[in-house]
Amino acid sequence: MTSVRPSVRSVIAERAARELRAGDVVNLGIGIPALVPAFVTPGSVFLHSENGVLGFGDTPAPDAVDPNLVNAGKQPVTEVPGSVYFDSAASFGMIRGGHVDVAVIGALQVSARGDIANWAVPGKAVLGVGGAMDLCAGARRLVVTMTHTEKDGRPKIVEELSLPATAFGVVDAVVTELAVFRVVEGRLVLVELQPGVTLAEVREKTGAAFEWRDAPTPEA
Amino acid sequence: MKVRDSALAALDGLRDGMTVMVGGFGLVGAPLTLIDALCEHGARDLTIVSNNLGEPGGKGLSRLLALGRIRRAVGSYFTSNPEVVAAVERGELEVTLLPQGTLAEAIRAGGAGLGGFFTPVGAGTLLAEGKEQRLIDGRLHVLESPLRADFSLVRAWRADGLGNLVYDKTQQNFNPAMAAAGAVTVAEVDELVEVGDLPPATIHTPHLYVKRVVRAQVRITDVKSVEEMLR
Repeated sequence: MTSVRPSVRSVIAERAARELRAGDVVNLGIGIPALVPAFVTPGSVFLHSENGVLGFGDTPAPDAVDPNLVNAGKQPVTEVPGSVYFDSAASFGMIRGGHVDVAVIGALQVSARGDIANWAVPGKAVLGVGGAMDLCAGARRLVVTMTHTEKDGRPKIVEELSLPATAFGVVDAVVTELAVFRVVEGRLVLVELQPGVTLAEVREKTGAAFEWRDAPTPEA
Repeated sequence: MKVRDSALAALDGLRDGMTVMVGGFGLVGAPLTLIDALCEHGARDLTIVSNNLGEPGGKGLSRLLALGRIRRAVGSYFTSNPEVVAAVERGELEVTLLPQGTLAEAIRAGGAGLGGFFTPVGAGTLLAEGKEQRLIDGRLHVLESPLRADFSLVRAWRADGLGNLVYDKTQQNFNPAMAAAGAVTVAEVDELVEVGDLPPATIHTPHLYVKRVVRAQVRITDVKSVEEMLR
């Protein structure tokens, strides 16, 4: 995901930022989700990081780095008025307990019914899961940010996951550089095309049937 | 008094084959002085319970791994250290992977005397294989076991002579839960103060969990530069 052109990443992050509401408690994953704060009115949401902080600010200047204050990407961050610290067990209790309003997270695949795969690739040693399963299973709303296809053109939105699942039926919205989908009661619905993108292009690059909000009848 | 003169003396009783919990998220909140002492101590065939095993270049638990002392690691995220991946591929290290919140709660449950807990996290996935699963209120849950340790090595900011601990910012992470889950908990701190000098309402870890206290000799900034942190 890191090799994607900055403009594509920004397009996705900017649109994902509009999924957030003022006052939301928001947990951001690494990669494209980490770009979301640039498109959010400062102070309008509370950032939560699973290593134990709620309400934090931007990356500090090098001479202001506090080595004991990092986010879940191990990046130094800053204290803001209202910041609060807690331990990992409490932090994941917040996530599992449904107290985090939105998680924005990257994915390798999303299925039409909202299953998500974002932690393991077959053939590689499976040695890291981190907080991915906790966030996917626990966040009240799950917004996935990802490029619409793999670099070789294979769709990432599919009927059935072919990669090991992270969680099942949990995705609420998928934001790509081409479109925005929602999963509504287990059905995939296209709700928005990114500027300049056609429905035909999205159909061609999506590996699952979807309904189109503005269409008179559901897609076959 | 629980204060020990040296980190090595604070590991007295630690033996080959024991289970040791080590606090920290990356290097933040990791007891770097006690980890160095554990390397010096020489105990082998250890099971280490820690979110990850240090960082590349022999930082933190990565050094203990390079010495070949770790038989098994229980944690959530080992991918960020290629030295861990290489040790697994060589067959030298066995890894048990848990979702990070399940790891934290399993440690908490161990310290709190519970026999386990059902969580929806990971249910139906590869990480639930071989574990009991149950529908609770219509949602699939997986039974997870508690984790306990022979020794817990934790990092805090301040301690008094009784072993009451206060952590600094996100230094807390796994440390408070691990402090409760170790039969012998050793805390490494920046500042030692007199009993009565810590405002009671600010204490994170009550002293009954902590058996020994040592002064930190190695700080995160000794092993990782600000430039590396910002990278």
